Amino acid sequence: MYNQTEILKDTSELGTEGELVINMGPQHPATHGVLHLVVTLNGETIKKIEPHLGYIHRSIEKMCESLTYRQFIYVTSRMDYLSSHINNLGCALLIEKGIQIEVPDRAKVIRVILSELTRIASHELWLGAMAMDLGAFTPFFYAFREREMITEIMEDTCGARLTMNYIVPGGLMYDLHPDFQKKVKAFVKQFKAKVTEYEDLVTNNIIFQSRTKGVGILSAEDAISFGCTGPVARASGVSCDIRKIYPYEVYDKVSFNEILDTAGDSFARYMVRVKEMNESIHIIEQLIDNIPDGDFVGKTKNVLKLPKGEFYTRVETARGEFGVFIVSEGGTTPHRIKFRSPGFSNLSALNHMAVGSKIGDLMATMGTLDLVIPDIDR
Amino acid sequence: MFLKEYIKDVYNGVSSLLKGMRKTGYYFVHPKEIITEQYPDNRAYLNLAERFKGEVIMPHDENNEHTCTGCTACELACPNGTIKVVTKFEVSPEGKKKKAIDTLVYRLELCTMCNLCIVACPSDAIKMAPNFEHSVFDRTKLTKVLNHPGSKIKEGIE
Repeated sequence: MYNQTEILKDTSELGTEGELVINMGPQHPATHGVLHLVVTLNGETIKKIEPHLGYIHRSIEKMCESLTYRQFIYVTSRMDYLSSHINNLGCALLIEKGIQIEVPDRAKVIRVILSELTRIASHELWLGAMAMDLGAFTPFFYAFREREMITEIMEDTCGARLTMNYIVPGGLMYDLHPDFQKKVKAFVKQFKAKVTEYEDLVTNNIIFQSRTKGVGILSAEDAISFGCTGPVARASGVSCDIRKIYPYEVYDKVSFNEILDTAGDSFARYMVRVKEMNESIHIIEQLIDNIPDGDFVGKTKNVLKLPKGEFYTRVETARGEFGVFIVSEGGTTPHRIKFRSPGFSNLSALNHMAVGSKIGDLMATMGTLDLVIPDIDR
Repeated sequence: MFLKEYIKDVYNGVSSLLKGMRKTGYYFVHPKEIITEQYPDNRAYLNLAERFKGEVIMPHDENNEHTCTGCTACELACPNGTIKVVTKFEVSPEGKKKKAIDTLVYRLELCTMCNLCIVACPSDAIKMAPNFEHSVFDRTKLTKVLNHPGSKIKEGIE
């Protein structure tokens, strides 16, 4: 990472060779947050991209060390705010694994349904924002129409639209809203009817296709070596779905396909996400009528204490593998905590993917990486 | 050969464009299917979810009585130090000392609406209210005292 004087020095040096350094961000609309990219150009061709991080660093990992095991879960909603429910789930799973808490079946099924709804909502937002990055403003509203139904379901059941904090160690904070099943079924019906509109508006659009096909290619070997996970790696043909490899909750009891593509370009990443939404709908359809009766939270002690040792769990968020690592000294707070966020590893591949392409293609490449900046900076 | 591909590209481009325009045109002539809500104008019929986490309130009944015993469970559960419970000792007519709350200070500007205090409360004295329009001109107005002046604890709550 450069400090400020080194950036200026580099600029003058490169300027003599006919190269140009431009700063994209930290307030650029297409970076979806405070990401600062220092792009070195030769004409319009990208020579080098250097992401500068730290604009939204809140030291969440250090903050969690002062919070108890019940309290620190809510902080993780503020990392990847588009899949906050799945982040909370990852933390709760670790505590349940560490203390050996029995989770009721009802809570497990509800957790999976809400996780999949979160994944669809995240992909919907990404689809709208990605099309907007490439100059198509209309798909944004169509994507948000379906997303609004999910946020209303979340609002009814969890009490919040984005940072739910619905999961507690041992189960759920409170029971489902009585209208939950009815509303989810209405959403599934609406989604299936309207998903063809995205194909008309975005997928089959010739401008969209020519701007994404063959742009930002990432090979399978590079995806593995950069540590990419989630749809970014799956579009390159790397099988890395945590739901399949290390099933948690009830993912081993439902049938769904891991979407893989081999092209590795921006269009493949787009198609993987669109198909993943359909798979999530498939999972929800299997579970929504089979929510078992019973308690929604297992029996836990008032004060949770993790035994001495090291613990790691991982879950599949909308962006890839989210891991939680805790070193416990046996007290009521974690001794050391580390989050493995998918966005950071995916961003590290950006330089490799974009070098040699034109500056206009950078938007397509970066848009399909689906970056959430608070997830990268933490 | 080149000309043939060029014409094919133009044809594909125009047809995909028209396909998209047909979709947007459909919604142009079907305004009833549009779901946009005009927020500040729809306040009268805006119905929020009953569980919506907007702010912490303490419900009082018609006798100005609440159910808070001053056990500080909410204060301990809060990750941000949002709630501060100030307790006092009330002396009953029989001469017995009883713990009760003097004030329950709630700092809205620190609250993240995580709901942990509501879950922790053993006597359901506090709950979340679906108010979301919190903007004020002075920051000090965000620090609130939840128990009403002159209120006391309901009979039979320990």
